[in-house]
Amino acid sequence: MSRLRGFIRSNARNPNAIAYALMLVAALFYPAIVQFANGGNGDYLVGLAADGGVYVLMAIGLNVVVGFAGLLDLGYAAFFAIGSYTYAEVASYHLGVTPIGHALHVPFWLALFVGMFIAAVAGALLGAPTLRLRGDYLAIVTLGFGEIVPIVFRNGGIWTGGVPGISALDQPTLPGWIQGPWIGQALAWVPDFRLNSGNLTAYYVLMMVLIALSVVIVHNLYNSRLGRAWMAVREDETAAAASGVNTVSIKLLAFSIGAATSGFAGAFYGAKLSYVSSENFGFTVSVTVLAMVVLGGMGNIPGAMLGGFVLYFILYWLLPNAPQQVESLTTAVGLGSLNAATPGGWPGIATEVANSKFLIFGLILVGIMLLRPQGLLPSQVRKQELTHSAHEAVAAPRQLQ
Amino acid sequence: MAPILRLEGVTKRFGGLVAVDNVSFEVQPGEVFALIGPNGAGKTTLFNCITGIYKPSLGKVTFQDRDLTGSLPHRTAKAGIARTFQNIRLFEYMSALDNVRLGHHCRMHAKLWDSLFKTPLETREERQVIEHSMELLKLVELDNVADSYARNLAYGQQRRLEIARALATDPKLLLLDEPAAGFTPQEKVELMELVQVILDRGITVFLIEHDMRVVMQASKRIVVLDHGEKIAEGTPAEVRNNQRVIEAYLGKSA
Repeated sequence: MSRLRGFIRSNARNPNAIAYALMLVAALFYPAIVQFANGGNGDYLVGLAADGGVYVLMAIGLNVVVGFAGLLDLGYAAFFAIGSYTYAEVASYHLGVTPIGHALHVPFWLALFVGMFIAAVAGALLGAPTLRLRGDYLAIVTLGFGEIVPIVFRNGGIWTGGVPGISALDQPTLPGWIQGPWIGQALAWVPDFRLNSGNLTAYYVLMMVLIALSVVIVHNLYNSRLGRAWMAVREDETAAAASGVNTVSIKLLAFSIGAATSGFAGAFYGAKLSYVSSENFGFTVSVTVLAMVVLGGMGNIPGAMLGGFVLYFILYWLLPNAPQQVESLTTAVGLGSLNAATPGGWPGIATEVANSKFLIFGLILVGIMLLRPQGLLPSQVRKQELTHSAHEAVAAPRQLQ
Repeated sequence: MAPILRLEGVTKRFGGLVAVDNVSFEVQPGEVFALIGPNGAGKTTLFNCITGIYKPSLGKVTFQDRDLTGSLPHRTAKAGIARTFQNIRLFEYMSALDNVRLGHHCRMHAKLWDSLFKTPLETREERQVIEHSMELLKLVELDNVADSYARNLAYGQQRRLEIARALATDPKLLLLDEPAAGFTPQEKVELMELVQVILDRGITVFLIEHDMRVVMQASKRIVVLDHGEKIAEGTPAEVRNNQRVIEAYLGKSA
């Protein structure tokens, strides 16, 4: 007990420790709270948080690339796509309709790692020739890669299912699962458990466990010789090289680890949806994940996670619900006449809000960046850099150089 | 004794400009060897050629009987050549301790696997590196500011921290690029004491310096560069009385 107390006391003023603790508590109670608040019909919100977890995983991975190593990657969704499609190939009926003529059904957990591995290899292949480039040039190359990959999948003909993509992927399975009164069933051990839209809580729990594991691993990396080398390369590549760091291979490693995380998330995403299509991996995905990292606090793991959840909920919950909410608000304040369309061209408040969805999204982004330029939960370094640059007019942010 | 570093006809051209022109000399193990010359003589360029930051246009660099010509900076560091920079290049937003820890990078054995899962090997190695880093910080009298960001240290402290980071790579040869620039006389004396300690650890010191008093006192042998060419080599006394050296520094007398 005294050990625990000592641990708590030594971390009580560490913002990251507090953030982790709060996130853990929030993750534990979230399903119960939304079920209670929605009178037992909160399944949708639980599933939404689990879907958001896919983005959070990606944000954690991109944070390694952009935040730790300072490499601006604008084509991150490409690895997400590669992970998804890899899963689709090795865990569905699809290969059976290709000239191979023999479907593969690699078990779910193995297939996840196959997706992750293939994405990491793709990251290494893209990185090897391009990581000699610095800053802006790398950003452009990754941007190009991010555009090419979905197009390749769209035009892959029979191999990738073309425009409609691949459907009926094998669904996630767990070796077992405990059911209990918390989802309104009797306490029981369910062997060979299949995850599907009927048991979103299990999906949510699995997602949170995966996030927790990846946080531990990325945290270990950050505190290892590799994390130090990434920081050093970001600050001064020449000095890092002269101090014995192989700058090309260390950048390549950051790039591959980021790609692996994205590929893992992609495989999971494909399995959950049971469907992949090249439409889901466009530039918007890359930019959204980058915005999550920057907004949350570049270089700080809990920051990237928080940014991930916040942006995901803004994009997939707040904005879709906004028209309806605004409509009931106008009715409540007695301006219900605004709700209806008029012949003069007014489309009605709900349509108007729906149309300006991305304007609102943009304003929220600009607002957050103005209020907290260092991000919601910045790393200590980032905070220092910004205060120094404010007082001493240091040139552009070093991260992106 | 076999020389620790041998340069044979090293030349570096930038387009039409010849920054270093056919320079050859040998550095013996255990000595303090100095490189002097007026501004723009090509001293730092020569350092960059030795450490692999530049690839020499012509010529050969041999370190401990190994050909290091044009090898990459991290390879020369691993081979045992460490350096400091004329305009200090620390990792400003890393603590003094982390700067020195980073210097150990190329001597550490933890693999990706160890870093990912924090294996006992990794934990043990990190602990040893922290201990050793603190020793080095003590050596350069910075152990009391180990947790400060490098950028928040005073100028003299930053210079010493760079030396500690270079020593962390466990070098056989240490290249110091104007280590006493901007130092007070007192700081220069302390620096010379530090150089002696480094020598006593069996590390050969090769330095660029402008302060003649420091150079003449500290070094056994001196090479003088002017306009990229070697114009003299010898003991401090020989170099001081060399006519070409006097001309290079003071101009020809009418």
